[in-house]
Amino acid sequence: MRNTTFVALLVVAASVVFAAMMWIHNGYVFFAGYVVLQYIVLATAWNILGGYTGYVNFGIAAFFACGAYSTVVLEKLWSPPLIVMILAGGLVSGIIGLGTGYLTLRLRGTFFGIATLALAVVAQTLITNWDFVGGSRGAYIIRPEHAPLLPLDYIQYLCLWMLILSVVALATARAIEHSRLGVGFATIRDDELAAEASGVPTLRLKLIATVLSGGFMGMAGAPLPFYVTYLDPSSGFNLSYAVNTIAMPLIGGTSSWVGPLIGAILLGTLQQVATVTISSALSLLIVGLMLVGFVVAAPNGIIGWFAPATRTRMRRLRGGR
Amino acid sequence: MDLSFNLLGNAIMSGILLGGFYAAVSIGVSISFGMLDIVNIAQPAFILLGSYVAYIANTWWGADPILASVIAMPLFYLLGVAIYTVYEISFERRGDTSLRGLSFFFGLLFITEVTLVLVFGVDYRLVEARYIGPSFFLGQIEFPLRLLVPFLVALVMLGALQLFLSRSFLGRAVQAVAQDPQALRLMAANPTRIKRIAFGISIATASLAGAVLIIIQPVEPSVGRDYIGRIFAIVVLGGLGSMSGTLVAAILLGIAENFTATFYGPSWSPAVSFGILLLTLAVRPSGLFGRA
Amino acid sequence: MNDAPLLQVNGVGKRFGGFIALADIELSVTLGERVGLVGPNGSGKSTLVNCICGTLRNETGSVRFAGHRLEGLSAHERTRLGLARSFQLPRPFATMSLAENLRVPILYAVNVRNGHAMTDIEGRCDELLHMVGLHEKAHRLPRDLTQIEMRKLELARAMAAEPRLLISDEAMAGLSHGEVDDILALLLKLNEQGVTIIMIEHIMRAVLAFSQRLVVLVAGRKIADGDPQEVVRQRDVVEAYLGS
Repeated sequence: MRNTTFVALLVVAASVVFAAMMWIHNGYVFFAGYVVLQYIVLATAWNILGGYTGYVNFGIAAFFACGAYSTVVLEKLWSPPLIVMILAGGLVSGIIGLGTGYLTLRLRGTFFGIATLALAVVAQTLITNWDFVGGSRGAYIIRPEHAPLLPLDYIQYLCLWMLILSVVALATARAIEHSRLGVGFATIRDDELAAEASGVPTLRLKLIATVLSGGFMGMAGAPLPFYVTYLDPSSGFNLSYAVNTIAMPLIGGTSSWVGPLIGAILLGTLQQVATVTISSALSLLIVGLMLVGFVVAAPNGIIGWFAPATRTRMRRLRGGR
Repeated sequence: MDLSFNLLGNAIMSGILLGGFYAAVSIGVSISFGMLDIVNIAQPAFILLGSYVAYIANTWWGADPILASVIAMPLFYLLGVAIYTVYEISFERRGDTSLRGLSFFFGLLFITEVTLVLVFGVDYRLVEARYIGPSFFLGQIEFPLRLLVPFLVALVMLGALQLFLSRSFLGRAVQAVAQDPQALRLMAANPTRIKRIAFGISIATASLAGAVLIIIQPVEPSVGRDYIGRIFAIVVLGGLGSMSGTLVAAILLGIAENFTATFYGPSWSPAVSFGILLLTLAVRPSGLFGRA
Repeated sequence: MNDAPLLQVNGVGKRFGGFIALADIELSVTLGERVGLVGPNGSGKSTLVNCICGTLRNETGSVRFAGHRLEGLSAHERTRLGLARSFQLPRPFATMSLAENLRVPILYAVNVRNGHAMTDIEGRCDELLHMVGLHEKAHRLPRDLTQIEMRKLELARAMAAEPRLLISDEAMAGLSHGEVDDILALLLKLNEQGVTIIMIEHIMRAVLAFSQRLVVLVAGRKIADGDPQEVVRQRDVVEAYLGS
């Protein structure tokens, strides 16, 4: 299937989803839907680095929360349209990804993972000590009632944007898989030394993956302040974002864009249900247990149950470049 | 002039004592990451487990926290053995330690923390013992026993482990296993068994480290996260596989953190350890005393 | 007609802590040559390959390839210049089929070098697999291969990068008599097609059958370099490596 066809299908699917949500016309559907869609973006973004190249990023909070806090800064300074904030969030987090990557990607994968852990804490400490965005007291953001230009409530508008971001993220992930870049990523995951010997510029590719991954996470975080209306470091940098973002692709399957999507929808809705019925702490415990369970017993994730990899056909690459 | 000298002196001294405590907390990872190449980021959660065990023993039976943790060490050892068995079968054999292996420990960290929250809640817990509170003074410099006792415990632990590693067959086998598992096999020692024992020891140290932690500060489940950075900063800065490096790096970190807290405020402390970690990784990843 | 050697190694040295792995290595290889490199285990042969190919950085000395100084170039840049190597322990891309394994150097070395001129990548992979006799397993994963098939895949992947110089690192180790002959024939054929080859081996009959020139490395130093028949009779070579 060509990439353009795939994107068209995604757009159709997204439109159907949005239409269904509007038709149900229950406010809760939009609040819950926003969270699930946000995780689709986060999980897909994480997988571009973690699943495709094998480099684990534990510092999801840093990229996500920095996207959210860049919105806080912009809102306080001159309150631009949401699209600007989303792009800004992506830019900020992309740059953070570039910086971190440049410092640590020459090292082994495990050192990179530890460095990303460090990054999350450094970012949180800096934000906590930054009075302009409220520091530890947090910041209040006023959510407008209505969307600009479109006849939607603001929360529906936020959902729409998250849908758009999901489509872009999924399309990007699939495009990577079917391109030379995806082949390069896979060689890094399989055997970085052999990849270098085969002509693959591993450092450059890892940086690209880190920037893309971080950038998308930043974009996923950018609308958050409008969603929660009160943002403080402990909620923005909450560990649950990190656990969920890592668990979803590992449970769904890391080898293709389908895995994070399945994982996000499954775990996201499970959590929304559990938070309402049992407790949020218990639902998080379940996520943790599922993460460990899948990682130990089902390393190929849910995808692995349906597509055992014994024979492979050489996947056609688009564009050749 | 006299006042700031006093402040400086105390900052350095308590920094050193704090550093000793940090060394006790980091020994486990110095073994698991430094020697066995296992990135156990869940160690802080196990340390917290140790803290809560000491807490229970202290509040229910009035037991001395350090004594209780020493008694609990065999249980922690068994926990370590169990975890390593799962890790070895699921990840080392499949060769997937860097993605799934790491995520496994991340999951364990998380599960442990959330379970502690569910069982104990988020209130701060502390222990009572005769040596928490009083200090003794050497001139103008204060030595709080609350810090001194953990420092001494740390030295004893480090010393004992250093002796074990250099004098006993098992200890030397542990040092060998990271460097040359093949040669170890030729000497009729099973590398997997050696690693299992070593990892068990590294988790056992968490028991004592936990007791020492709850003596120094009140704990609640999320406290562990502050220590991930400290532990890995210390182990990386000290150099993988070096016990003395761990001690030196821990003391350096203790002093650096104390200085930052005293002169810039405690809210900057978490950044110190992680900042040191990032800097070390960027500039000299092999650390101060690490093997190349 | 350019007389300069294809590969020029001057005074290369490498230490690991206190251990001297390579000391003052001089080596030059001319276009089209077949060079054998032998020496006891631990003598530094693989370290030398790693330094030439960029996996390790030599501390002293220089390496020139096709007129380019290799200092500061990463491994993938050297591969793009036309330098390829097979690994002693085969390192296939485990999640990719054989054909996909061969595709990697074509995409990342050959096509980068020639401005993406190669468009029939699948056809080229097929050709390479035929050359090593693995075309029937084109869509299988590396884990389904036997030892010798892995070695052949390793060589095929190195060849996929269209190198001017190929370093074959102990491709024959542990193989049977017939399998050794297979690999030997393959390397000779590659040389006929114009590829300069450095063969690192312990199997002396293959080395002598293949090499126009024999280089001997012992304890990080080169102790012999010349006509194979003369070198094997050299006293220090016999003492250090060949035995009586």
